Amino acid sequence: MKELVILSGKGGTGKTSLTAAFASLSENSVLCDADVDAADLHLLMNPGVIRRSDFMGGGVAVIDPEKCTQCGQCIDLCRFDAISQHFEVDAIDCEGCGVCVDLCPEQAIDFPTKKCGEWFLSDTRFGPLVHARLGIAEENSGKLVTLVRQEAKKFAETQNRDLIITDGPPGVGCPVIASVGGASALLVVTEPTVSGVHDMQRLLELAQHFKVPGMLCINKFDLNPNITASLEEFARDKNIPIVGKVPFDRRFTTSMVQGKTIVEYAPNGQLRLAIEQIWNNICQHL
Amino acid sequence: MIISVASGKGGTGKTTIATNLAVSIGSGVQLLDCDVEEPNAHLFLKPEIQHAETVSTPVPEIDKQKCSLCRKCVDICRFKVIAIAGQTILAFPELCHSCGGCMIVCPEEAISETGRELGMLETGMSNAIEFGHGRLRVGEAMSPPLINKVRSLVKPEIVNIIDAPPGTSCPVIAAMKATDFVLMVTEPTPFGLHDLKLAVEAVKLLNIPCGLVINRADIGNDDVRQYAQAENLPILMEIPFDRKIAEAYSEGRMIVEVLPEWRPKFFALFNHIKQVVSQSS
Repeated sequence: MKELVILSGKGGTGKTSLTAAFASLSENSVLCDADVDAADLHLLMNPGVIRRSDFMGGGVAVIDPEKCTQCGQCIDLCRFDAISQHFEVDAIDCEGCGVCVDLCPEQAIDFPTKKCGEWFLSDTRFGPLVHARLGIAEENSGKLVTLVRQEAKKFAETQNRDLIITDGPPGVGCPVIASVGGASALLVVTEPTVSGVHDMQRLLELAQHFKVPGMLCINKFDLNPNITASLEEFARDKNIPIVGKVPFDRRFTTSMVQGKTIVEYAPNGQLRLAIEQIWNNICQHL
Repeated sequence: MIISVASGKGGTGKTTIATNLAVSIGSGVQLLDCDVEEPNAHLFLKPEIQHAETVSTPVPEIDKQKCSLCRKCVDICRFKVIAIAGQTILAFPELCHSCGGCMIVCPEEAISETGRELGMLETGMSNAIEFGHGRLRVGEAMSPPLINKVRSLVKPEIVNIIDAPPGTSCPVIAAMKATDFVLMVTEPTPFGLHDLKLAVEAVKLLNIPCGLVINRADIGNDDVRQYAQAENLPILMEIPFDRKIAEAYSEGRMIVEVLPEWRPKFFALFNHIKQVVSQSS
């Protein structure tokens, strides 16, 4: 079984729109949305939830005012300034390290684990989708990414599906690192803008760090032909396959408004052919 | 005053708004790029970097000679940084959250702290605009400590504009918390609206006044405006899609450079925010 992870570095280059398009072209795959703190793939997939599960995060310190003698040790120990002078813990600032819990001389600090989000196994018109929702302002996004990827893999195994298509988060930090490890290949969706190129280069550095092969797709390529040309040259130099180029096209937005993939919205014509060709190229490189 | 520019969804135009706002204010203003995973503001402001330093976070270093394998450090660590395998103690400092617990509980004083590099902090000037950003080391997972380091550059006597990362989880909170106003940048599409709603929930949690900029205002549909009305979120600016803006952006040029008529509009946006902040404080 293979897993294709779609990433971009910079947000808004078209990861999710292209993931959805590929989903409609692929056969026998499982979809996975690993952008757990701003998941959008379900907006095009209209999923019917089959199973809903809680995602439990780490503990958060809670001081019992009955037991607390206000000795101040927890305030001194906490490196995250999460405990106020009134001995109340700010749940947002609390890192969940438990140092205050273990070292409180009165054992006045409780450490309940709390629900940090939810994850779902759903059915869509293009096959199964594993997706999640991290609670607002929560930590542990990397852990939830790892969880949805594991569940997608498990489900693919039981259903004899040979490909997982994973829509990844932007950036290069915690949730992206959790998306990259163990992937068969990364599809990096970039755009010919100075920020698109800058962020793509950092992402490719990360891919190299984790020894996952990358391929490149240039979206909105006609926005800046010069930068597109230098991107193509860069990819040739680095031996990164370019699977294709997609023109800037307002139909990506109109199809999104209708909750359709671009392949469904524009089933004929150049754009569909270009995307089909890109998908075929990706499959060859996988 | 601190204004943070956030969005939920990536690629809606946070950096565009933050940089154009800074340039339109002109002086007495500082731009702090807190999108440390993918900082982009420097590509538009092109600052002259005058100072660069490596930022690191404390992680344990274990003196195996002194260690008695008592396991106290293993037990206190919630992040599984330290493990004992047979008669060997192992540390995985890349997982460390720098709480210092292991060092405190070690009865043998076998644990000291060394640094794990988080990334770079760079500061400089772009004309009269003060500039600072963090660049997370590629391979480093934890961005909030570096974001906090960038935030420590805030100067209360001037206007500080924070370019926040996308999303709604801990890095965004680190960039938005304790700011005076959140300027939320969205696009009127289903993805833009969905992620905007999540980001607005986060702002409510932090209890910060908030206003909206709708970028590429003539694409998509009207749902975002209906949402804004229902939530009582003021729409402070709408920028239509303009291929000239998109092409200028692709080359690292700002809206106010190619369409100077936008400069007074950004200045008016700033004045509006200033007014809201002075009323709410």
